[in-house]
Amino acid sequence: MAEILNQKQNFLKGIVKENPIFVMLLGMCPTLGVTSSAFNGLGMGVATMFVLIMSNLVVSLVKNQIPAKVRIPAFIIIIASFVTIVEMILEAFVPFLYEQLGIFIPLIVVNCIILGRAEAFASKNNVISSIIDAIGMGLGFVLALTVLGAVREILGSGSLFGFKFVSEDASTFILFILPPGAFIALAYLTVLFNKITSKTT
Amino acid sequence: MSKKESTFFGMLVSLLVITLISGLALGYVNDLTIGPKAKAKLEQKVNALKLVLPTFDNNPVEDKKLVKSDKVTDSVEVYPAYLNNEFVGAALVGTTDKGFSGLVRIMIGFKPSGEIENVVVLEQKETPGLGTKMKEEKFIQQFRGININTFNLKVKKDGGDVDALTGATISSRAFCDATQMAYDEFIRNNGSLIESKN
Repeated sequence: MAEILNQKQNFLKGIVKENPIFVMLLGMCPTLGVTSSAFNGLGMGVATMFVLIMSNLVVSLVKNQIPAKVRIPAFIIIIASFVTIVEMILEAFVPFLYEQLGIFIPLIVVNCIILGRAEAFASKNNVISSIIDAIGMGLGFVLALTVLGAVREILGSGSLFGFKFVSEDASTFILFILPPGAFIALAYLTVLFNKITSKTT
Repeated sequence: MSKKESTFFGMLVSLLVITLISGLALGYVNDLTIGPKAKAKLEQKVNALKLVLPTFDNNPVEDKKLVKSDKVTDSVEVYPAYLNNEFVGAALVGTTDKGFSGLVRIMIGFKPSGEIENVVVLEQKETPGLGTKMKEEKFIQQFRGININTFNLKVKKDGGDVDALTGATISSRAFCDATQMAYDEFIRNNGSLIESKN
């Protein structure tokens, strides 16, 4: 029973208590770079989550075979392989999203969430816990990016997931589509998130 | 937890095995996706061609011609369209690097008379929400059906006839620049295009 409870905690911590974006403030580069619309945020989040799950799985499987001194290069090779696979699959089957995300897909390799989870969690825990941890962290990342993308899209282009709800000529806060808007929106969302979660926990 | 000893041999072998496995996996996925990748790229091109050209029954991608131009270092892509072996128009890829963030590539379809059939933006890195509006109907519709001989292809600020995008004059200028380039190439090659099929 305690085991199951622990796994639930393990899963939820990535979404709430240790949310990679709003609490740990990790992986800011893709977070600020691609979230100009909710769809882009979601796409980037899902791609990162896939890499995170796969790398956590493999790292926890091979952790005992890798000498400690070369573990970081070994993790990076594992992560980079999965990122390249994601890139090739996106280019082949979702060219629209591939074009939108552009340089940020190969940059998933250096996303510190992934290496961070591999080093801090997957290299010390068993396969099941590692996957649950990755799913939790990945979902936290997806949620954060989608919410940030949605806020920026609503304010900046007056639409959500591509559906416009203001007239064609309406002037929107273009600032929120531009890079400075990413910082502003992220800051307010972080405040809001921490305000809410500090009350409940 | 039992960590392996960091001997030189151990490190060498483990890294070698990992790189080997990931290399094989990448090769396999590359083989799987190389077909769909090429198909997706072609589809994108064909879709753009269908948008900018009048009705045609040949395969413009197969009949593609590369024309040397002194204005660009690369050659210009020309896609001629024929209906019942008669030349009905051509699509040209116009490029410029005068966009707000560099390269802008657009595809423009011309009727034999030199009238613009339609324009599609292929590639741009303009400012989201400002320059990216060049992809929208509102901006593009003013180019449809115009003949550049009688139309001053410059933004109104520069004394032309084009309504520039709000807050994105440079992007609008780049768009005009690319259109002008494609038009010049079209006029230069118009004669040879009409002859080529007959």
